[in-house]
Amino acid sequence: MSPSLVMYEEEFDRITQLLNRLRIDASAKIVFLVDKNGQQIAGAGEIDQVDTTSLASLTAGNVAATDGLAKLIGEKEFSILFHEGRKDNIHISIVGQRLILVVIFDERSSLGLVRLRVRKASADIERVLSEIEVKAQEVGIEEAESPFAEITDDDIDALFSE
Amino acid sequence: MSFINYAAREINVKIVFYGPGLCGKTTNLQYIYEKSNPQQKGKLISLATETDRTLFFDFLPLDLGSVRGFKTRFHLYTVPGQVFYDASRKLILKGVDGVVFVADSQEARMDANTESLHNLEENLVENGFDLKSIPYVLQFNKRDLPSAVAVDTMYRALNFKGEPTFEAVAIQGMGVFETLKAVAKQVLYELRRR
Repeated sequence: MSPSLVMYEEEFDRITQLLNRLRIDASAKIVFLVDKNGQQIAGAGEIDQVDTTSLASLTAGNVAATDGLAKLIGEKEFSILFHEGRKDNIHISIVGQRLILVVIFDERSSLGLVRLRVRKASADIERVLSEIEVKAQEVGIEEAESPFAEITDDDIDALFSE
Repeated sequence: MSFINYAAREINVKIVFYGPGLCGKTTNLQYIYEKSNPQQKGKLISLATETDRTLFFDFLPLDLGSVRGFKTRFHLYTVPGQVFYDASRKLILKGVDGVVFVADSQEARMDANTESLHNLEENLVENGFDLKSIPYVLQFNKRDLPSAVAVDTMYRALNFKGEPTFEAVAIQGMGVFETLKAVAKQVLYELRRR
């Protein structure tokens, strides 16, 4: 079981920048980062055109099912999934074992280009990710406190008072 | 596991509705979907067979509002209840923050309830969790049916650790939000503890 992922503003900005660059380099429409549990992390491009929450959850489901298939036949994982549509295509790859990078592209790009650019971007994202983990461990020992550390019963009740 | 995004000031948590086939997991989600404000909820996604049996999962994202300046987003999932979909159930429990067990109150489904509860326990362990310590709520659904087993009999058979237990008629909405609220509370308390 991996610990909760905590993302701070600085790393979030860096990851968003990396995704933006990947989107331009790969001539993609949308680039999107999701964790394996289906939580969306960051995105770039025409993300207001799609339902990103559903996209995140279905991608994670898809990857989880494919992982299950891999294990069944004795593979460690299938690290890349590719869905080809009439107009749009989806390229899905695993980054740093816990995140999923989704690239949506059309005829303005190609699978070869996307694969090439994804490989480079994945390495960059992995680097930021391991920095996040180091930071989380450092912070984790002292401040550790989540913003919820001082949450009160009233705070929680307030959520449900309609 | 929960994902705290300090940049976007939001926290995402995952809640899974578990239970035997046809106990009403999807019905719970459908009711929550119908009754939530449009600005609170996302799309309800159901990956189901042609006969409306859950094939992989149902998914409903729900914004409950802010706590301490952080937007709380609950991702509600159901599992497919039918016994032979066990591989899928395991996958959906990955990274879960809280579990609701929906039990079917009908006499004829008592064995199915117990079997499913054991299955939940095992699948949680495989995902690195423990039913004893994870935020957990029990729901006795279909209380309106004539063949419903007495509540205390069900309680003795299914209550695991004194977890909050609710009577429900999910199709009419009775007990649905009470159940959700109880599990959400536990998850938020758990975040405080961590």
